[in-house]
Amino acid sequence: MTFDEKYFDIGRLDRLSYRDTFVHRLDPRAKVIATMLFLFTVISFPKYEVIALAPFFLYPVLMMTIGEIPVRFMIRKIIVVSPFAVFIGIFNPLLDTRTVAVIFGVSLSAGWISFLSILMKFALTISAALLLIATTSFPGVCHALRRLGLPALFVSQLLFLYRYLFVLMEEAMRIIRAREMRSFGSRGAGMKMFVRLLGILFLRTVDRAERIYYAMLSRGFQGDIPTLKRSHIALSDLLFLSVVITCLGVFRFFPLTEGIGRLAQELF
Amino acid sequence: MHMADALLSPAVGMTLWAGTSAVGGYASKKLKERIDDRMIPLMGVLGAFIFAAQMINFTIPGTGSSGHLGGGMILAILLGPHAAFLVMASVLTVQALFFADGGLLALGCNIWNLGVYPCYLVYPLIYKTWVGESKNPGRILVASLVSGVTALQLGAFSVVMETLMSGKSELSFSAFVLMMQPIHLAIGIVEGFVTAGVINYVRSARPEILESIAVARPLGAEVSLKKVMMTFAVLVIITGGALSWFASTHPDGLEWSIEKVTGKGELREAERGIARMLRRIQEKTAFLPDYGFKPEGNDSKKTEAAAAWPGIKAGTSVSGIVGAVVVLGMIVLIGIGVRSSRNRDA
Repeated sequence: MTFDEKYFDIGRLDRLSYRDTFVHRLDPRAKVIATMLFLFTVISFPKYEVIALAPFFLYPVLMMTIGEIPVRFMIRKIIVVSPFAVFIGIFNPLLDTRTVAVIFGVSLSAGWISFLSILMKFALTISAALLLIATTSFPGVCHALRRLGLPALFVSQLLFLYRYLFVLMEEAMRIIRAREMRSFGSRGAGMKMFVRLLGILFLRTVDRAERIYYAMLSRGFQGDIPTLKRSHIALSDLLFLSVVITCLGVFRFFPLTEGIGRLAQELF
Repeated sequence: MHMADALLSPAVGMTLWAGTSAVGGYASKKLKERIDDRMIPLMGVLGAFIFAAQMINFTIPGTGSSGHLGGGMILAILLGPHAAFLVMASVLTVQALFFADGGLLALGCNIWNLGVYPCYLVYPLIYKTWVGESKNPGRILVASLVSGVTALQLGAFSVVMETLMSGKSELSFSAFVLMMQPIHLAIGIVEGFVTAGVINYVRSARPEILESIAVARPLGAEVSLKKVMMTFAVLVIITGGALSWFASTHPDGLEWSIEKVTGKGELREAERGIARMLRRIQEKTAFLPDYGFKPEGNDSKKTEAAAAWPGIKAGTSVSGIVGAVVVLGMIVLIGIGVRSSRNRDA
């Protein structure tokens, strides 16, 4: 990905959170708690579990469709970050070669099952995390974390980082464009030039921080970033949370998939 | 080298989260004691700086592959350990949320691997003791190189340990270490050069900036060596204890990896000791059922798992596969249904 693509990619995820759907209207705290519970439940499955993971796809699919998040965009984002998990996981089929089943003459090793399990967990956890941002907005998540007890200093740090992320990325984009205009081929792409660019970016950053600080002082900054938006837990939030918790519990502790499979077998 | 949720077991994830939150709480407390208000926007904007800098690629000399900056060392040198740790934690949080780099449960591991080591271990023990108040560029370069390499080696080794403890991967300890450490040696060297380059450049171009940051940074940043060592000893004991306790309730991965390790390598003695210790702890805690909240129905499966590979009975596995297909199909249908009803409304 080039720099410009990365920049617009972040911007796009951010803009998705401006929509106004049922999922977007839920209280950020409810969504943060639901996401964490979801992640924890998915991760708690043992290494060879594949089948019981299937029902969990309901959560991202519902969040995505009700929240009107484009599916293809999410899938692309998931694939972009997959290399590490795939790279580590692909060793499982190579190292764990005990045969557990023979399907149509092809023997299936235990390693493939654990690899599949890793891939499914990967897709579930990553999509849940991305959907949290896409349906809540970053400041929403930050204020939720503040209300849930994270130190104020850290939360204001996150908010500042988010606020100036786009500003500084534009600054970096200008610097990179200037470099590309003046250099041909791979000239100027080396480490020496990189260090210079970083140095300049750093100096501009510090100068900007100084200006921000004075601007904030003149507006009455006292070390904390208060929010004007009053959020309160509504009935729909409690309903959402209780449905999520019930479903997670059922999916985790009851062999739902096998039951449905048995039912389907009896029917046909 | 970001740790991923999918490779993590809940026990390891939560332990590292606990460790990271403890360090984060300590850092915020230390910062709040003596903070200059001016530091707050500076920290935030520097976080954005690291983020933007990570998106600029450069070619690594001689290889043609491209690298980017980690940033932990630069921040620690400029801001001192406490502020640097918080900035690093916030950068990793934003990465986890926006790029899904790693994931939210693995975030604890990632902050630990990339934040705690450079800020609280390498900076005070290596960089600070070597460079101190010196302005000698050569000295800064050497110290940055050593610090960069050390921090990344520690981080990479932690990724290995976290993955193996979680037991989701089949990789053997030695193979994994041999894969991770050399790659991160190269990355660490690059990181060291970049760190030294930026520090030296800023020092020569606008020396007053470094001084003004140094003045603004809290006095609490003067970490004493003894204190750091003590804190780490305590943390190691706590995390070690927690990890082994958790690991013993979920033994497959850990025991397996230790078994592999004891086959060969210099770590033989040490790992044997740990293995023995863990086994003893495990024997003592054997009355704890796996996970503690497993339904009765799965117990038989679990005991079989101990003997051989979890013997899925033919009947259950067929209905399982059929069920998975049906469930996934239903979920897709639900998704399509919601979407089309939405479209009709709009």
